[in-house]
Amino acid sequence: MSLRKQGMTRRQLLSQSALIGAGFAIGSGFVAGQAQANWALEVEHLKPETMATLIQMARDIYPHDQVGDQFYATAVKGHDSAEAAPGIEDGVAALNAAAKNLGYGRYLDIGWERDRVDLLRSLEDSAFFQQIRGGLVTGLYNQKAVWPIFGYEGESFSEGGYIDRGFDDINWL
Amino acid sequence: MTAPFELSDDSVVVVIGTGAGGGVLANELAQKGVSVVALEAGGRYLPEDYINDEWDSFGQLAWTDPRTTSGDWRVSKDFSGLPAWIVKAVGGTTTHWAGASLRFQDHEWKARTTYGDTAGANLLDWPIDPREMDDYYTRAENKLGVTRTGGRAGLPGNNNFKVFEKGARALGYEEVHTGRMAINSADYDGRPACQQTGFCFQGCKWGAKWSTAYTDIPNGEATGNLEVRERCHVMRIEHNQQGKVTGVVYVDAEGNQQEQKARVVCVAGNSIESPRLLLNSASSMFPDGLANSSGQVGRNYMRHVTGSVYAVFDQPVRMWRGTTMAGIIQDEAINDPSRGFVGGYELETLALGLPFMAAFLDPGAWGREFTTALDHYENMAGMWIVGEDMPQETNRITLNSDVTDQHGLPVANVHFSDHPNDIAMRDHAYRQGIAVYEAVGATRVFPTPPYPSTHNLGTNRMSSDPRDGVVNAHGQSHDIANLFVSDGSQFTTGAAENPTLTIVALAIRQAEFIAAELGRQNI
Repeated sequence: MSLRKQGMTRRQLLSQSALIGAGFAIGSGFVAGQAQANWALEVEHLKPETMATLIQMARDIYPHDQVGDQFYATAVKGHDSAEAAPGIEDGVAALNAAAKNLGYGRYLDIGWERDRVDLLRSLEDSAFFQQIRGGLVTGLYNQKAVWPIFGYEGESFSEGGYIDRGFDDINWL
Repeated sequence: MTAPFELSDDSVVVVIGTGAGGGVLANELAQKGVSVVALEAGGRYLPEDYINDEWDSFGQLAWTDPRTTSGDWRVSKDFSGLPAWIVKAVGGTTTHWAGASLRFQDHEWKARTTYGDTAGANLLDWPIDPREMDDYYTRAENKLGVTRTGGRAGLPGNNNFKVFEKGARALGYEEVHTGRMAINSADYDGRPACQQTGFCFQGCKWGAKWSTAYTDIPNGEATGNLEVRERCHVMRIEHNQQGKVTGVVYVDAEGNQQEQKARVVCVAGNSIESPRLLLNSASSMFPDGLANSSGQVGRNYMRHVTGSVYAVFDQPVRMWRGTTMAGIIQDEAINDPSRGFVGGYELETLALGLPFMAAFLDPGAWGREFTTALDHYENMAGMWIVGEDMPQETNRITLNSDVTDQHGLPVANVHFSDHPNDIAMRDHAYRQGIAVYEAVGATRVFPTPPYPSTHNLGTNRMSSDPRDGVVNAHGQSHDIANLFVSDGSQFTTGAAENPTLTIVALAIRQAEFIAAELGRQNI
């Protein structure tokens, strides 16, 4: 069995069991960013590992390498509610079961994005997948803090529009 | 100085809806001294209230009451509860529209004659001579302050337009310019010039774009002859034993049912709500709904052949800066069946912000093929296709009694499937749009599927023969002399042009007719 198949990424080899995919489960009720990433997300209703799985899943659905995990965490944190949590736990359990069927320990143990995406493709018609994906369309892309990463400037009325600020400044045509 | 009219006042004209059709009609009638009560389902928002944030604005303005969909159009799969992206507010969709103000071409008034028999298409000529519209178009252009008409200058081109224009010229297109837009290029009618702010779809915070919300509506109210009642949703139209309409029953802002008596009722709730209201007004005398002896109420629903082409370049474009619809290619708007389809289409620049681009570029898509497109959002340019679609009897609005709205009324089901002519036209437009961008060095192109409909047309169409349609050449229903249709649902065919200017011109014309008929005691 290959290293990849066993789900042992270099990161996990280095940090062993404390590392969970896109975030650490730090103590009870927290998921935090890895290494120097300075963010943490408190979970109230979901297991920290479940939240970490959601964050990885979010990145696998809408991967933007220039967008930090904290934005993905923000995008999925709405699922951490008393109402939603049971369904989310079931969905993540099903995801992990599917990973296990493929010979991995769980979803977060799948080292390559390509393999995680293949697994997600097999589940993309499920209500759980569509719930997570659908929520991300607004949860991720409607975060104002994300917009500058894509160069999007948002509203301009407060600055008088672009009439004097480059509405026609293209210089490469 | 809003004019308060009594509920029992049966001398008033009731106008249902305050958008391009209803808002203009209400004002034009009020200017002629006619007493008008306009009932608007939405609330009143003015430029200071508009929100330049796509989703927040959508929450403020969009008509999101429940609707259902069917047919093979992709909207029915991706946005099953949102067939149309239109507005519930005083001003209607004139708050949201991009401002493109184009006259129909002469041959488009005679689609049946021009295009001939087209299998599966329910084509008909308009019962209006194009020459008769010339003066009404001029008056509409002057009302809206349309650029490149009446001596008004065009708007300056933004980055998105410059990319589009250069590609168009490279392909040999000649009818390429920054459009005829109801957006001020200089101060006009007490409203300022465009400040290139973007967010035209979210309501113009400068008031540079024409909307009835801050022009016709307050102008009509200032006469003392127009009372606008907002947050009043009309449930049904009442009639007497002589088959004349007598008033409307509506739910007011407090949730109470009221009945406003009327001498004349004009329906202008858009091509989904207007037929829904006529169908929901069925009675023992009119079991198939009001004005429906032809069986055409709700049928022939048109939404234009649409779609978008976005393209990524190796350098920034920043298409969101400035006017959302900033320019046009008109060379393909002609009728040239050698292209493999009848009718024509316009190409018009369009920009979406990042949040809406994520929702509409390829709905439901995920993974890197999708996200690498958004990674280059800053380097994107975009255009929208708007072309003539074929009216089909089976594309229609029906009542869905399995789903009711907040008032307990059956909702509208919107059924739409493309005609083969629509598909051929869209494919041609995608190819041409892609060629425009590749001519300026696009590294990747996206033939993007149609959004929820913004141009909703044809569901109470005009016809000379009462058996073929719902209303006559003045929008007066064939069956009931004092019941009118005043919005885009009276369109016999859709033409290639954005419909608002024609809706406004028809409303000006209809106001003259109604005022004259009232004076003659004919209605």
